Amino acid sequence: MEVLAILIPVSLFLGLLGLGAFVWTLRKGMYDDPDGDSQRILDTRYDDKPKPVSPKPEASESASGDK
Amino acid sequence: MHSATARPSACPACDAAPAAEALAAKAALPDARILLSVPDAHCAACIGTIERGMAQMDGVRSVRLNLTLKRLSVDAKAGVEASAVIAQLDRLGYEAHELDPGTLSMTETEKQGRELLMRLGVSGFAMMNIMLLSVAVWAGADGATRDMFHLISALIAVPTVAFAGQPFFRNAWKALRAGRMDMDAPISVALILTLFISIYETLQSGEHAYFEAVVMLIFFLLAGRYLDFRARAVARSAAQELAALEVPRATRLVGGVETVVPVANLVVGDVVLVRPGGRMPVDGEVIAGKSEIDRSLLTGETLPVFAGQGVIVSAGEVNLTGPLQVRVTAAGKDSSLHRMADLVANAESARTRYTTAAERAASAYAPTIPILSFGAFLVWMYLSGGDLRLSMNIAVASLIITCPCALGLAVPAVVTSASGKMFRKGLLIKDGTALERLAEVDTVVFDKTGTLTMGTPVPTNLDQHGQDVARVAMALADASSHPLAQALAHALRERGVTPAPLDALSEQPGYGMEAQWQGQRVRLGRAAWVGAQARTTTAAYLSLGGETHAFTFADQLRPGAADVVAGLQAQGKSVWLISGDVEGAVQDMAARLNITDWLAGALPQDKADKISTLQAAGHKVLMVGDGLNDTVALSAAHVSISPASALDAARAASDMVLLGRDITPVADAVRMSKTAMKRIRENFWQSGIYNVIFVPVALFGYATPLWAAAIMSISSISVTLNALRLK
Repeated sequence: MEVLAILIPVSLFLGLLGLGAFVWTLRKGMYDDPDGDSQRILDTRYDDKPKPVSPKPEASESASGDK
Repeated sequence: MHSATARPSACPACDAAPAAEALAAKAALPDARILLSVPDAHCAACIGTIERGMAQMDGVRSVRLNLTLKRLSVDAKAGVEASAVIAQLDRLGYEAHELDPGTLSMTETEKQGRELLMRLGVSGFAMMNIMLLSVAVWAGADGATRDMFHLISALIAVPTVAFAGQPFFRNAWKALRAGRMDMDAPISVALILTLFISIYETLQSGEHAYFEAVVMLIFFLLAGRYLDFRARAVARSAAQELAALEVPRATRLVGGVETVVPVANLVVGDVVLVRPGGRMPVDGEVIAGKSEIDRSLLTGETLPVFAGQGVIVSAGEVNLTGPLQVRVTAAGKDSSLHRMADLVANAESARTRYTTAAERAASAYAPTIPILSFGAFLVWMYLSGGDLRLSMNIAVASLIITCPCALGLAVPAVVTSASGKMFRKGLLIKDGTALERLAEVDTVVFDKTGTLTMGTPVPTNLDQHGQDVARVAMALADASSHPLAQALAHALRERGVTPAPLDALSEQPGYGMEAQWQGQRVRLGRAAWVGAQARTTTAAYLSLGGETHAFTFADQLRPGAADVVAGLQAQGKSVWLISGDVEGAVQDMAARLNITDWLAGALPQDKADKISTLQAAGHKVLMVGDGLNDTVALSAAHVSISPASALDAARAASDMVLLGRDITPVADAVRMSKTAMKRIRENFWQSGIYNVIFVPVALFGYATPLWAAAIMSISSISVTLNALRLK
């Protein structure tokens, strides 16, 4: 039963981690365009290298807009 | 095609110069952030084309197309104007309209959606973690271990309920204060009461705690709410865009100087300039210029009408060939457009608020939950001789088991599934209750022009003309933007006709085209001008070497028009054709489509009256129409559909929008709405049966948290699966 002392905090931590990841994706606006996301996978533009980070990232404005 | 003529922004360059002043104020900002509605974007290729094409523009920093909302946001350096962006999109082949970023940037709808999703996520993660601990308890953990597990569950559940349960608490409070009883009140009571009893039990080292049931209930109910919300969000944002679009401008002429002003600022006596392709912003009288105007959206007439000095025009008509100067006779509230809007408002207020099946079920079911639970409490108090703890426990168990988590999913799951299927077929449901109303329909009324027909003329007698006639006609027609000429040129090009070489080609606005061919004058246009005998049908006339030739036109049937009428009649619906067009054309169309009931020459109010008469006789009417003259009828009908090519006002007044050219989905939709309603009813029965079986179990005191959790998940899943069966 001593193992519970480790397992319970671990499971709670993992749960919180998952929740944190979910909150992050929500704040980043990753659920704003489900139709577009399913189509963008067919886009060949950034197949070789990732999209360059724009000088003004979208995250700042969507995060400030949240609540 | 309507999309070609019904575009006020067809000539973005013309608007660019005066609009620059208005936008100069915006240029003071460090960054320009432009929001545009791009209604035609629909696929991966569209995303690629638009984003790549826009990135090449000077001063554009980043572009992102949101396909769900069909909205393009452009971050650009100061000084980049919306009109330039629209022009660029036009070159890429996409129609775009500017949206007001102020009203749209973070709309109430989006905020609501994110909030719901956040609550759903939090309750989901909490549910998983509590379930982890609960499974251990159900598997046999007892004594100190069980108490600790319950305690940890409580630590997770209390903040979760406090955060994720807010929508229910808020709604319940609102309803109770207004003296109503809705579903959220018993839900809120169940959530709070169960939570407190469970905490009490935990502190008393009790055997049963319902933490997982509480959080699970919240999770499933929120899932239902979110589905419901999603199904309506697309439509709601479309409506918002329509509102944001309404910044109609007109070109006012003062002493020969053109200024672009909002239509609201025009007063009677002003002179406005309406360019070819533009829409009349006001009612007025033509004082200079000659042209033809398309009245089809207002009256359903297919023939363009000549407009010269002294002709009275109404707001909403489209100017086709030459620039017109119009003196305003009625603006703003007095214009015919506004009178139409008033009629629509009247018709809408006359339509009684529709009570959905879910609301009826909820109002019948809501009071039984607290009554049952309170009854159980009293009976057990009596039976056990005043054992408060036991009675409380049983009351709470029956409360949580009767809580309608499958009932909350019963309607949204089916509606989401149905609207997804319909969207793929090309129908967008704008109103949440439209599906239910559609299922009750027994009479279908169609408008003619633009609804059963494409509203585009097609030449019918090309075979009767010689090679030279065809070649000259094509050369003349190709140079004009008149719809008949365009249709003629298009049809001839498809037959492989090559245009004849012409000299001195010129357009006489309002009359036709004129040129020199092999030393003789050729003309293509109106009968009188060409010197031909006018026919009764729509036709364009060509004079060539002293002879005249007539090209006759007929309005092209919309693809699937015959199928949709046949399909609806096969389903036992009676089909009507009501049009503002002349009797001959309507009768002809009715005969072609095998429609026995028709009405011609109907004014907007006539159409609405006819529908009211039908509805007064106990029929439920589906109105399908596209014109401004249909808007009153659309809002008077039990449920209404308009094609995407319809005027904004008609689309706004209708409950569903047909996205493609094909009209067949209308028949499918009527059929599918029936099956959807069947599924909804099945779902009600299913969740009812679960209650009938398990409520006695709870009342007799045999219910455990495991039972509650199992019933909740099984009933929710079976209801969802049943919804997915929809074909």
